[in-house]
Amino acid sequence: MRFLEMVDTYWLFFLVGQYPDGPLGGLALTLVLAALGLLLALPAGLLLGLARVSPWRWLRWPVTAFVFVVRGTPLLMVVFWAYFFLPSITGHKTGQFSTMLIALVLFDGAQLAEIVRAGIQGLPRGQMESARSLGLPWLAAMRRVVLPQALQHMLPSLVNQFVTTIRETSLGYIIGLAEVSFIATQINTLVFIYPTQIYLILGLTYFVLCFGLSRLAFWLERRLARRAAPTPLPSTP
Amino acid sequence: MIVFDKVNKWFGAYHALVDVTETIAQGEVVVVCGPSGSGKSTLIRTINRLESIRSGHIRIEGEDIHRPGIDLNALRSRIGFVFQQFNLFPHLTALQNCVLAPVHLKRATPTEARERALALLDRVGLAHKAGALPTELSGGQQQRVAIARALAMQPRIMLFDEPTSALDPEMVGEVLAVMQGLARDGMTMVCVTHEMGFAREVASRVLFMDEGRVLERATPEAFFDNPQHPRARQFLADIRSPFARAA
Repeated sequence: MRFLEMVDTYWLFFLVGQYPDGPLGGLALTLVLAALGLLLALPAGLLLGLARVSPWRWLRWPVTAFVFVVRGTPLLMVVFWAYFFLPSITGHKTGQFSTMLIALVLFDGAQLAEIVRAGIQGLPRGQMESARSLGLPWLAAMRRVVLPQALQHMLPSLVNQFVTTIRETSLGYIIGLAEVSFIATQINTLVFIYPTQIYLILGLTYFVLCFGLSRLAFWLERRLARRAAPTPLPSTP
Repeated sequence: MIVFDKVNKWFGAYHALVDVTETIAQGEVVVVCGPSGSGKSTLIRTINRLESIRSGHIRIEGEDIHRPGIDLNALRSRIGFVFQQFNLFPHLTALQNCVLAPVHLKRATPTEARERALALLDRVGLAHKAGALPTELSGGQQQRVAIARALAMQPRIMLFDEPTSALDPEMVGEVLAVMQGLARDGMTMVCVTHEMGFAREVASRVLFMDEGRVLERATPEAFFDNPQHPRARQFLADIRSPFARAA
């Protein structure tokens, strides 16, 4: 089998897996998993991060413990927990996609929580103090004064974590989720003679996704910075 | 109006306020002075509970404000606080800074709050800067916006924590002028400041603190012309001629 012949035979399989004859897989599944993971992990991380700095001990302590445990654990371990542990408490088998999604949201939620906490604590204390001294409740001061500033500072770290999430989806391979790494391995097994090319293409695919996202974020960051910068005063003759 | 009753405050092993007992009447302008680390800032920060206290009571209009279960936000909204570092919200314009709390706490409709904020900005001489972000304002202008922001909650008491200490010298006057105007209108004020000219002109009373104690309480004339406590005498000598001690 010639190389181009292989590409011609398997490109659709690489992109969408067995879809439409079977479940969605390949690059499309990777994208869906990463997007859903980001979408759910961000609010989770925000809430966990807020809980980490909240003045209420009953909330702060358990969340802190959770974050420490998850951050002290490799993602693979969290995937295994979700895969083996969840069914044993819920009673029925969790699908591979849901398992991976749950693992990603838990794991990245905990990482994002620390980014959020650092962003909040990096602001001068006076911001919170002056908001509270006006009579704003803690949550309102957070939402209206602290977070709008902190989130902008956090943006680079958040993007970093998002890029990591895309790469982490490849661990779905280990539980047989038909995402793009898994599909690439299958193609390699079927074709057998082009391992270097196949894995180069796979690597390039991840690179394009991650690089694209970080460029997008860079652009967004600059736009935000420009909006926050002082508008020039009209010059007087 | 504000009553301190045997107030004690500790930072770890450090006794920051020692048996402070003091009464501040409505309409009084009290200047608190003393060497750094004497507890002045801590004292006024206990009045709106930015700092907790270990023992004793602080009553505002009869209400024990360090009692557990008190509505802290309602308390704070009646007390304006002006910080040394201004602490304007940098992502909001001067006007938005003044409107945020009154609207959020439903003290006013957005339209009312906006009108009042514009009037207050006008009062501090900054109506033309309503749309400016804090980074576009000088230190003195920022502090005046901070005063307007505190006034927007229509407080009964204003607390000033070294409001001019972070300013370049040429901007001190504009902030003091605003404070003087407030005092003239009968606002109850407690000001931690080293501006002795302001204390002499505007204060109804001066409290001198050192090592967490109020060592002297007197009218400005009595305090500046005839200080009783040796520490107060030393302090006044130091601030009058900063080089004297070195010589």
